[in-house]
Amino acid sequence: MSNESFEPLLIAFCCQYCSYSAADLAGSMRLQYPTNVRIVRTPCTGRLEVEFFMKAFEKGADGILVAGCLEGGCHFTEGNLLAKGRVGYTQKFLSECGLEAQRIRMINISAAQARPLVDHINDMLATLKSIGPSPLKRVNQPKNAEMNV
Amino acid sequence: MIVAQRKSIPELIDILKGHKKILMLGCGTCVTVCLAGGEREVSINASALRIASRLKNLSFEVEELTIERQCDNIFIEKAAEAINRNDVVLSFGCGAGVQAIAERYNKPVYAGLDTEFIGILEERATWTEKCIACGKCVLHEYGGICPITRCAKHMLNGPCGGSREDRCEVRADRPCAWQLIYQRLKDIGELERLKTVKAPKNWNTSIHGGSRVIIREDHRI
Ligand code: SF4
Ligand code: SF4
Repeated sequence: MSNESFEPLLIAFCCQYCSYSAADLAGSMRLQYPTNVRIVRTPCTGRLEVEFFMKAFEKGADGILVAGCLEGGCHFTEGNLLAKGRVGYTQKFLSECGLEAQRIRMINISAAQARPLVDHINDMLATLKSIGPSPLKRVNQPKNAEMNV
Repeated sequence: MIVAQRKSIPELIDILKGHKKILMLGCGTCVTVCLAGGEREVSINASALRIASRLKNLSFEVEELTIERQCDNIFIEKAAEAINRNDVVLSFGCGAGVQAIAERYNKPVYAGLDTEFIGILEERATWTEKCIACGKCVLHEYGGICPITRCAKHMLNGPCGGSREDRCEVRADRPCAWQLIYQRLKDIGELERLKTVKAPKNWNTSIHGGSRVIIREDHRI
């Protein structure tokens, strides 16, 4: 697959108190963002575990965006700080197993920041396009591991 | 508790290469609490190994299981079927857990973790060493602070004189144990204890006397 025709599959885990509302607002404002991002609403980014990220990659996601509240603004005080650490830890594992660490990224967004959210999504998609599809899409895919989206 | 740390994925690959059906066996006790070898870490490492295997054509098939305690027969029995259907066990228990499994099954059992020390959770995500299991505890002499474990020179009659401020001269990131001992004995009114010179310790009770065994005759039938 050439990188030009490649449309990355991006999973965006969005906290319901900030970026999920921002995504909603982006819709109301009729801001466009590509259809190849799958938004998963989470009660708080602190609920996201490293194993969720690893499983998503195992099943063929090209990239993951973790969108939490602004630092200091977490509804549960420090969930977004926990998520930051977990994203960093996931990057370490990705590099060790031979995937690019840039395939996962943490951003901080408030509920009012619809435009910055769309910009972040586009920027992440551009990064993924430049590094290319996840090699796990092509190689030795176990039968039960297809990404059903 | 026993504190362990993870090995890197390249290290695990090196240990496992040539094998196909792998059971990654976690332990739900000490190594779960120190975030090294519980169910969650097994899941993360298993995913990482499967990803690496697909990228590097290693044909690993990784099964995951975590039992309550790997150093206890009653719990080990619960892993029997999973151990039997795999070629090799990658244990995420401490060194004792790995050996407990290896003694009971006639197949390769490998350590997936580096076992580090007996210690405590000092503060969030920070574990510190407290005891080297010398076999004859002398904590009562030192205000509850172990000079054998926490003084870099294991001095029974310290300090060495090299500490800087309250830091150990060997490791500047660690406090001088003897500074702590002095302060603690002073706080509890037992400074007098430092006036007696302690005799050299008999290390026969420790690992230096050979691997140890404890038999409680009153509990044997
Ligand atoms: S004196 Fe021995 S048993 Fe007691 S804490 Fe120190 S090393 Fe452990
Ligand atoms: S500085 Fe303190 S802890 Fe370090 S070796 Fe000397 S007496 Fe022991």
